Amino acid sequence: MKIDEILKNLKDEFGDKVLKVYKKSDARAYVDIDPKDIVDFTRYIFKDLGLRFNIASGVDEFNGIEILYHFSSDASGLVVSIRVLLKDKNDPHIDTITSVTRAAWWIEREIHELFGVEFDGNPDLRPLLLPDDWPKGVYPLRKDFIVPKRDSRKA
Amino acid sequence: MSHRAHIPIGPYHPLQEEPEFYKLVVEGEKVVDVDVRIGYNHRGIEKISESKSFDQSIFIVERICGICSSSHPIACVQAVEDIAGIEVPERALYIRSIVQELERLHSHMLWLGLAGHFIGYNTVFMWGWKYREPICDIMETVTGNRQNYAMLKVGGVRRDIEKEHVSYILTRLDEFLHHLDMLKGAVLDDPVLHSRLKGVGILTKEDAIDYSALGPTARASGVDIDVRRDHPYAAYDRVKWNVITQKEGDVFAKTVVRILEMYESVSIIRQCLDKMPNGPIDAKPKDIPPGEGIGLIEAPRGECFHYVKSDGTNSPVRHKIRAPTYMNFPTFRETVVGETVSDATIILAAIDPCYCCTERMLIVDNDDKELMNVQDLIRLSQEKTQKIKERMGRR
Repeated sequence: MKIDEILKNLKDEFGDKVLKVYKKSDARAYVDIDPKDIVDFTRYIFKDLGLRFNIASGVDEFNGIEILYHFSSDASGLVVSIRVLLKDKNDPHIDTITSVTRAAWWIEREIHELFGVEFDGNPDLRPLLLPDDWPKGVYPLRKDFIVPKRDSRKA
Repeated sequence: MSHRAHIPIGPYHPLQEEPEFYKLVVEGEKVVDVDVRIGYNHRGIEKISESKSFDQSIFIVERICGICSSSHPIACVQAVEDIAGIEVPERALYIRSIVQELERLHSHMLWLGLAGHFIGYNTVFMWGWKYREPICDIMETVTGNRQNYAMLKVGGVRRDIEKEHVSYILTRLDEFLHHLDMLKGAVLDDPVLHSRLKGVGILTKEDAIDYSALGPTARASGVDIDVRRDHPYAAYDRVKWNVITQKEGDVFAKTVVRILEMYESVSIIRQCLDKMPNGPIDAKPKDIPPGEGIGLIEAPRGECFHYVKSDGTNSPVRHKIRAPTYMNFPTFRETVVGETVSDATIILAAIDPCYCCTERMLIVDNDDKELMNVQDLIRLSQEKTQKIKERMGRR
């Protein structure tokens, strides 16, 4: 299955829900969609097309929190990344995809604590990496977070 | 209803090399639930990388793990090369493959030793770690370091393999292969290991796919994936080798996959040394344009994933790192529940969770003059034992 074929499949299946397609090379493509369609897209790509879920990655942009869901097809050696933009930085929300694949269990916990994104429907959003006494509402991978300077003399 | 008990393991425990906290819920001997808490070793490398230049971040990611210290840099440089569309010189690709396979060899040997240790078979532990030494020696010859090789740069590699080193590498590889044959026989034909590891901690193919498990963990469950073949990088599409898979999904199958993979690695290194063309080893790229790139490589534990976003400046806007254990670890819920407590450690160890091994001890410098070899160390150890015996006898 070539990358054009996968992109065509997505367009046939979802039509206007595919907002933008950027084919970077024969092995990489980025597809922009609306956040509310993420579960449908994941189900189609993961279950029907049989792609593997690599990981999701968040980016703190000027106009919102962007999340990329990376899927790879091992049969044809390519990676398709689904991009969503959560515009409300104060209260970013998106539906969980753990109902489709349990592989997203830990990464949703991680994005939740590092970017402050709520994954609606995910029952397990306990902290994963940060300590238990980490202050609420402080998200280290947001750009406004400044790494506190450590005074080596106090150690 | 039977009585439930909680067994906490960790975060600091003599059996574990790195801090992590397991909570086993048991009914008698049987594990009925398990939970894990990680993050005790969180260093914030993704955030640190945002404040470093592209050249510096390679050295940062090299220090994520002492074992995978060439896997993360390769994934990182591939992501940056993907942004800029850089063509890497042929010779550099071969050198990358050689370093990667050497790393796989020493990592699998290390795991085999630890697995032996976890089930109380310490002879395997001693063998595994002893016969791993030739590989570390080759690594030192090729890169200058036994760990943290500092071999990679965007556009190529930093050091060439000298002609006079090739015969040395081949001799040490033969030596290694000889020991590997012995170890393979000792482990795969041992009836005790068969009864201890077969049918234990089974990960089904469906679960492996659903959890998107990677590397030997997935391949032992019959999922035929390998980044080296599926997403060709370095020189893997220029040499002949096989992807090893097993159907059973138990701890024994994972052991078989790792042992047989070592033979493939040796074969890949030999072919690469043979076919490696002469030429430059560095494309010397200049600026990194704005854009995003993804680097995928097959680390010893599975696919290692790096996503780098650049805005045209000297440092990444975002650098997402996903190590293979991150995907393999959550499968413990399927594999451990229902097994006995005594099997829990080896099942948790079977995915080869990543720990550091950066200490070295090869030569003892005594009084600035005398150098000690292995025989001297054994003699030293025997003398020490004798002294302890005498002291105990006197008491």
